[in-house]
Amino acid sequence: MNIEFADVTVKKGDVIVLEDISIRLSERRVGVIGRNGSGKSTFARLFNGIETPTSGKLLLDGVPERKNLRRHVGFVFQNPDNQIVYPIVEEDLAFGLRNLKLSKTEIEERIVDAMRQLGLEHLRNRFTHQLSGGEKQMIALVGVLVMRPRMIVFDEPTTLLDLWNKQTFMAMITDLPQHVVVVSHDLELLRGFDRILHIEAGRIVADGDPASVIDGYIASSRC
Amino acid sequence: MLTDLYVFGDSPLHRIRPGVKILALVLVCTLLFILEGWPMVSLGGALVALCFALSGLRLRHVVAALRPALWILLVIFLVQTYLTDILFASFVVFRFAVLILAATVVTATTRTSEMVDGILAGLRFAPSWVPKNQIALGVSLCLRFIPLVLSVFQDVRQAQRARGLDRNMIALLVPLVVRTLKTADEVAQAIHARSFD
Repeated sequence: MNIEFADVTVKKGDVIVLEDISIRLSERRVGVIGRNGSGKSTFARLFNGIETPTSGKLLLDGVPERKNLRRHVGFVFQNPDNQIVYPIVEEDLAFGLRNLKLSKTEIEERIVDAMRQLGLEHLRNRFTHQLSGGEKQMIALVGVLVMRPRMIVFDEPTTLLDLWNKQTFMAMITDLPQHVVVVSHDLELLRGFDRILHIEAGRIVADGDPASVIDGYIASSRC
Repeated sequence: MLTDLYVFGDSPLHRIRPGVKILALVLVCTLLFILEGWPMVSLGGALVALCFALSGLRLRHVVAALRPALWILLVIFLVQTYLTDILFASFVVFRFAVLILAATVVTATTRTSEMVDGILAGLRFAPSWVPKNQIALGVSLCLRFIPLVLSVFQDVRQAQRARGLDRNMIALLVPLVVRTLKTADEVAQAIHARSFD
């Protein structure tokens, strides 16, 4: 799978949040780094169609795509509390699938598969507000996995997690068969990725392997 | 807490269609107001007790359902005693308690998703301009976000207490409203991201 941004600009009012982004991504693990307010969250939201370009377009496998992006690309938010809609875990996991008008059997099958994939079957009948932060984040991920997307975008997924949950969650992300794009300030977690993009002031200022981009980012922060 | 009221189970009441339960609840509540008097309210109480037993609910569920309303029931009792007499005040309070417990039977045996299905079924014949799915989603979000808003309120109160402002309504309400609106915005994006049209 590859996704391409062609001359994408995003404006909010008079403010240019992203400017002339042209890039093609086909690697399985892509990390996005940058300062607060650099535009990386807006960049991430473009993948799934939550944000739409003011100008330019997105191409999925070479085909311009706008409305159906969310069918192919899942999105995991920083705060799982804002992503979980129903009070009981299994109801929440079924939410997106019901929107796709799938049969009950298919919904059940997908939930069982996704929960087994991450070893979370024991959480199925729990109240979502009683889960720990780490469990909520994992359930938010399962809620995306049941949709069987080809790519999953994570917007700072480990910010609210402790060290143990952070490592568990990143190990889960690394093992996913889908293409993943992770926006994070946790540079060590991105070191094993295939490609890193460094965004500053709405532009991609560095793009390459983790060692060179991350080291350059750290060096620029010392100036 | 409200969202904890669902009790996992497979009793006959859990299996009844949510639309039927909601209709029965509306009917019982209406009858309790139309046909006043101790015999009717006692019958309603007995019916609710039977439903509690059938659905496997315990005394702690009765306590959990009535506890938040105790102050209101006490105020009603005092006012009615002052305005009428203690017998009528007892009747009014007992009737309210039966109504609350009848509603508890429905929420304790019906998942939110089933409730949403029930609402959608009820809106089946509504005109096409009625946003059925949005109404149903709104109901489920209300139930889901009661604990979330409560948690935000507790965060804000603790933060303001640290600044000595926990009795200042503006200091409590402004951050609460701002954070709630910000959360609502992100929730809307998350729902959009999960294929909801």
